[in-house]
Amino acid sequence: MTLALATDAPTFDLPGVDGQQHSLTDYTDKPALAVVWSCNHCPYVQAWEGRMIGLQQEFGERGFQLVAINSNDAENYPEDSFDAMKERASAQGFNFDYLYDEDQSILNAYGAERTPEVFLFDQDRRLVYHGAIDNSREEEGVTQDYLRKAIEAVLAGEEPPVSETPPVGCSVKRK
Amino acid sequence: MDIEFLYWDGCPSHPEARQLLDEVLAKHGLNVDVKVREVRTQAEADELRFPGSPTIRVDGRDVDPDGSSARPALNCRIYHKADGRSSPVPTREQLEAALS
Repeated sequence: MTLALATDAPTFDLPGVDGQQHSLTDYTDKPALAVVWSCNHCPYVQAWEGRMIGLQQEFGERGFQLVAINSNDAENYPEDSFDAMKERASAQGFNFDYLYDEDQSILNAYGAERTPEVFLFDQDRRLVYHGAIDNSREEEGVTQDYLRKAIEAVLAGEEPPVSETPPVGCSVKRK
Repeated sequence: MDIEFLYWDGCPSHPEARQLLDEVLAKHGLNVDVKVREVRTQAEADELRFPGSPTIRVDGRDVDPDGSSARPALNCRIYHKADGRSSPVPTREQLEAALS
């Protein structure tokens, strides 16, 4: 079941493409934390990747942190292996943490179903926005900047204007 | 003209691709009975050489030949626009080229 709004962020401790372990508590000093289900080999993720980089760039100095997690079954989808994640992150110049949830336990805790799918938490690590990054796969077609508006609200100590939207993307590849 | 439209329901792109295909067919005045087939299992993907959803073949030729040899799999297929950006559906230009 997908995490409900106002729920506390489930903990995680996962390896990142940078060779380090990353846990939820590592981000305690960040007033806004977006956990985004992602992967390498999904055209929807690839279409939105640039905007993920852009949001980290735009809001990073104000305390926003984006953490992407790939939970896809790498045995049946080798394009989403940890090694392939490292290559993707390097090739695309990811400026956010990209973590590997090999046993899918964190996937089960959050209940993500799509890639990309956003879970935005406030300073208290309470879920305040869940869903899509914005309303258009094509960047030039965006008219509703859901995640950007939600980040701005959280950084201002306010509630996001929209708290839930349907995520659009590839299905998470469960084992 | 023989057109096959193969899709996997786990990827949400097939209605958009089907609409685009129908628009291109209408624009060219082609009244073709598109053969639609849902791919449900990896075994079917292997058998049909299905590199992802959707896959469209005109007279047996993939509308995106470059992507047709990818590993058969139940996933969303990656197409590329002229500017290099990724897309889950073929471009209008790819479909028009395949139908011309």
